[in-house]
Amino acid sequence: MNASEPLLNGPLLETRGLDVGIGGHSICRRLDWRVEAGQSWAILGRNGAGKSTLLATLAGLHAQQAGRLEVAGLPLPGANRGDGARAMARVRGFLSQHQMDPFASTVMETVLVGRHPHLGRWDWESASDGRIAAAALAEVDLGGFAERDVQTLSGGERQRLAIAILLTQQPRLFLLDEPLTHLDLSHQVAVMDLFARRADKGASIVAVLHDPGFAARYCGHALLLFGDGEWLAGPADEVINTENLGRLYGHPLHELQADGQRWFVPR
Amino acid sequence: MPTRRRALIIIAALLGLAVLSLAIALAAGSLPVTAGDVLGALGGSPGGLGVEVIRGLRLPRALAAFACGGLLALAGALMQILLRNPLADPYVLGISGGASVGALSAMLAGLSLALMNVAAFAGALAAMLLVFGLAHGDNSWTRTRLLLTGVIVASGCGAIVALILSIAPEDGLRGMIFWLMGDLAHALSPSLALAVLALGLVVALPFARELNLLARGDSLAHALGVTVRQVKFGVYLLASLLTAVAVTTGGSIGFIGLVVPHMVRLAMIRMGWGNDQRLLLPASALAGGSLLVLADTLARTLLAPQQLPVGVLTALLGVPAFLILLGRQPNERQ
Repeated sequence: MNASEPLLNGPLLETRGLDVGIGGHSICRRLDWRVEAGQSWAILGRNGAGKSTLLATLAGLHAQQAGRLEVAGLPLPGANRGDGARAMARVRGFLSQHQMDPFASTVMETVLVGRHPHLGRWDWESASDGRIAAAALAEVDLGGFAERDVQTLSGGERQRLAIAILLTQQPRLFLLDEPLTHLDLSHQVAVMDLFARRADKGASIVAVLHDPGFAARYCGHALLLFGDGEWLAGPADEVINTENLGRLYGHPLHELQADGQRWFVPR
Repeated sequence: MPTRRRALIIIAALLGLAVLSLAIALAAGSLPVTAGDVLGALGGSPGGLGVEVIRGLRLPRALAAFACGGLLALAGALMQILLRNPLADPYVLGISGGASVGALSAMLAGLSLALMNVAAFAGALAAMLLVFGLAHGDNSWTRTRLLLTGVIVASGCGAIVALILSIAPEDGLRGMIFWLMGDLAHALSPSLALAVLALGLVVALPFARELNLLARGDSLAHALGVTVRQVKFGVYLLASLLTAVAVTTGGSIGFIGLVVPHMVRLAMIRMGWGNDQRLLLPASALAGGSLLVLADTLARTLLAPQQLPVGVLTALLGVPAFLILLGRQPNERQ
């Protein structure tokens, strides 16, 4: 068996004794964590706790200080070098917090960049790539936008376009840094629903979220980062509660129930 | 949706435009020539004065102009992606400044044309290594740092150029100023520049889809499997070498490297062909080459026998064309 091929079964993400830090600030110490296929995880923490840095580390964009990190059995950051980078991009997708369009370009062209890891060096996008891209645009409610210039999109539309790129990439592990930024309420629900459908089909979702209610509603599991290197990981029912959240955000919360759903509001 | 077929058709049309511009360059001049002379010169048959003028003077100069324009436009397109800035040009990182210092020092020392070209190329390489060495200092060169280093090195070179101009003897000044404005009067051996242009396209095109991703941000490119550091380093190196060869051939001809890729991009967007580097890189090279051939033809015929520096013509031709295109840029799709 080729050691550089991603595993088809087993956990999509596994860390052992992972230390991540940035600029002398510790984000997590000795993190032992497994994300199985089909699981959805929310990462919660206050501003500056290092949620984005941890996610960038999981995506292979930032090197860990110590410990093991494997995505589909491939060790990071090593597996992300050279030709491995494209193989990695077929397994894990990463939604960044910031989107930029310094040059004019159409929405269709932009969403098609998600096919890059699936195409050979001399390949052009085929009709089937076009269908995948069009389906992704429709799924984020950008169906009629294919020929629009990306520089004319609103913040929420641009965010949904970034999500469409990710869907076009068709990874098995979705790393989402604040996927709900700029989205209105109905699109927030629609986006969480579409990722839930991906998880039902066996994909894994790891999302940085700011609303513990959304986390409890859509994610079966949660990882809490307390900002001092301490962390807590487990089923959402166990770790998302007023006591832990109060400590996490440094502010007391109320838990409310509606339609069998738990919501958290600041006291 | 981008397709290879459409790209090939557009490239073929631009190739036709390039051939047309070269034909105009061969036919135009103070000595009238016939179509037979042009074909005879290209066919290699011995002929009269017309054939000699075309083969010995007009053809090499037109090809040098084409190569130079193509090199500058391709380098500009690459630089704009690398710096993720539509206002970047091949000279922004100080390469033409280094070449100017080299060329003008050689002229001041009274060296031969061949040695002046060597000095210009050495100056360009020195500036490129200096900028790269300084910008790369902390092993994580950012765009801002690269741009800042380049701009500072370029202004340092500008000061040295001003110094040389102020101490140069009167009779050498005209040649220096022509070099600084860009002049193809002495560019009669185009084969090296043409070969480098072809090589540049062959090296860049396989990575054009990576460049499409890089233009949309490092983190997106990284997440989609582009080895960002290596590709950026390659783009920097290639764009710098193309620029160095171009300024060694024709002096620091302005405008082409900044505006041709920009114009091509605007035109492609306007035609609904999108912004795809797989099309944009070869299209810029062909359009830049054709534009410089036409500009150089005007430069040597407008006030004949007086010759103008071609850099003046590129700006005079390109500025209105660019402003018209910019003025018509559609926002109505919004």
